[in-house]
Amino acid sequence: MSATDIHDPNRRDFLYVATGMAAVVGAGAVAWPFIDQMRPDASTLALASVEVDVSSLQPGSSLIVKWRGKPVVVRNRTEKEMKDGEAVNLSDLKDPIARNANLPSDAPATDANRTTPGKEAWMVMVQVCTHLGCIPLGQEGDFGGWFCPCHGSQYDTAGRIRKGPAPENMAIPVFKFMSDTKILIG
Amino acid sequence: MSEGHSTYTPKTGLGRWFDARMPLPRLVYDSFVAYPVPRNLNYMWTFGGILSIMLVAQILTGIVLAMHYTSDTNLAFGSVEKIMRDVNSGWLLRYMHANGASFFFVAVYIHIFRGLYYGSYKAPRELLWILGCIIYLLMMATGFMGYVLPWGQMSFWGATVITGFFSAIPLVGDWIQQLLLGGFAVDNPTLNRFFALHYLLPFMIAGVVVLHIWALHVVGQSNPTGIEIKSKTDTVAFTPYATIKDAFGMIVFLFFFAYFVFYLPNYLGHPDNYIVANPLKTPAHIVPEWYFLPFYAILRAITFNIGPINSKLGGVLCMFGAIAMLFLVPWLDTSKVRSAVYRPWYKLFFWLFVADAILLGWLGSQPAEGSYVFMAQMATLFYFAFFLVIMPVLGLIETPRRLPNSITEAVLEKNKGGSGHPAGATAAPQTKG
Repeated sequence: MSATDIHDPNRRDFLYVATGMAAVVGAGAVAWPFIDQMRPDASTLALASVEVDVSSLQPGSSLIVKWRGKPVVVRNRTEKEMKDGEAVNLSDLKDPIARNANLPSDAPATDANRTTPGKEAWMVMVQVCTHLGCIPLGQEGDFGGWFCPCHGSQYDTAGRIRKGPAPENMAIPVFKFMSDTKILIG
Repeated sequence: MSEGHSTYTPKTGLGRWFDARMPLPRLVYDSFVAYPVPRNLNYMWTFGGILSIMLVAQILTGIVLAMHYTSDTNLAFGSVEKIMRDVNSGWLLRYMHANGASFFFVAVYIHIFRGLYYGSYKAPRELLWILGCIIYLLMMATGFMGYVLPWGQMSFWGATVITGFFSAIPLVGDWIQQLLLGGFAVDNPTLNRFFALHYLLPFMIAGVVVLHIWALHVVGQSNPTGIEIKSKTDTVAFTPYATIKDAFGMIVFLFFFAYFVFYLPNYLGHPDNYIVANPLKTPAHIVPEWYFLPFYAILRAITFNIGPINSKLGGVLCMFGAIAMLFLVPWLDTSKVRSAVYRPWYKLFFWLFVADAILLGWLGSQPAEGSYVFMAQMATLFYFAFFLVIMPVLGLIETPRRLPNSITEAVLEKNKGGSGHPAGATAAPQTKG
């Protein structure tokens, strides 16, 4: 229109950019609550810990408790299961990491690291297949541990993935022995 | 093709008044009465209309079912049983809705295979094809979420497995999965949001269907010869020719649908879904609805790591890749000839592909053990080879048969070849108007 528009565009440009930025930030601010509301709500996040009485568990038996909507298995392993778990060569494992929330995140997946010192017979584990979240069946499959009926993943007696599509060993939650017969999960 | 000149002339004063203000009757007349369709369309072309009435049927039955359903994990299973036992005609509406979903997919698979056989995706119909693929994706999302609502064992574990796909995504996977579930496992928040979305998505499908039909009416229908319309003798008017043919196709289709609704209402379902969901016990054998089985088989076929991609992510990528292939088809097929009628080699591979898809579906229903795994891996390999190797290469090396000069010539030639038999009795279906 006039020479000043060409020589001095900054004021108008600034207004365009500033308005555009305000619109983008505004749109983002409006969109966020709509996404945010989908995340787990306060009642879901309220992490109740579960106390489990394991006095009735003889070697070779398990019980399952619900924690955070998922099943956690507590198993008192037999001598043979422990020996089988210890005999495994680390290089044979598909996932060499312990996946034990009580240990550093890079701890190797030895049988000892999958259990608690002094309580090596006891497996406490989120019994959820790391493939797509099914519940594996206990004491089945080629390795005498867990077998997932959904897509055929096989876990050994220490809950480590040995065969099939699952990528990781089953997770071990934060837990501790309150006494010889009581476990606190979470 | 026919856009731009309308032959609609309102006959009444009210019609003229309307036409000058909002020419909706003109749009309907031009789209569904005077609209010229190729004269050689066969019954494969009636599935667009069949899909439209299935969508309407699903929305109608769905809305009334929603009036009796409760989306709470403690009440959902019971409310569905209440619909079956207490609500007047509830059993019929629910069986129509559940089997309607299956028959919706039957029709869409025939519709997609029709497009693949006759090259309906080729220029200028790429966008039309892609809109169709989007409808298919929305249908899958809707079907999946609908199956969760009865809160049976298959509902629960199907939802667990399918939302588990997203946890395969590196870094943000768990966050996205929790966003979808509203928790750490499938639970009440999941059921509530699935119900809300299951109600919403069909209307989004209806919106994309409008775009699909709009795009169709801009480029015109393809036909069994794959030759574009060249003159007026190549076409007939939509009404009465296509309308009556579509109506007859719908009646035959609804006959099969009604047979399932009344005599085999649970044949396509799974008995485990009549057991209320139990988060602590997985059924011995989880299978999705039949229309997802081929993709489920592909998901399970990847049991090995591929470089940095672990088997879980690999399976998920292959499964989504199998659907993504459809979007790329217009550019993967390099042939200048549209219809498989004139492509002897493509015709052979097309039918092998159909067999492969059915084989994958069957493998998806079998346990993932032993030789089934190897068979699924081979079938998955062929599935991808069909799109990524056979389609592009065949277009370059195949010698097509001679194309007729026009649709009219093709129709007349076929009729001549059929002489000696009672007219129309043995003629190939594609010669019938």
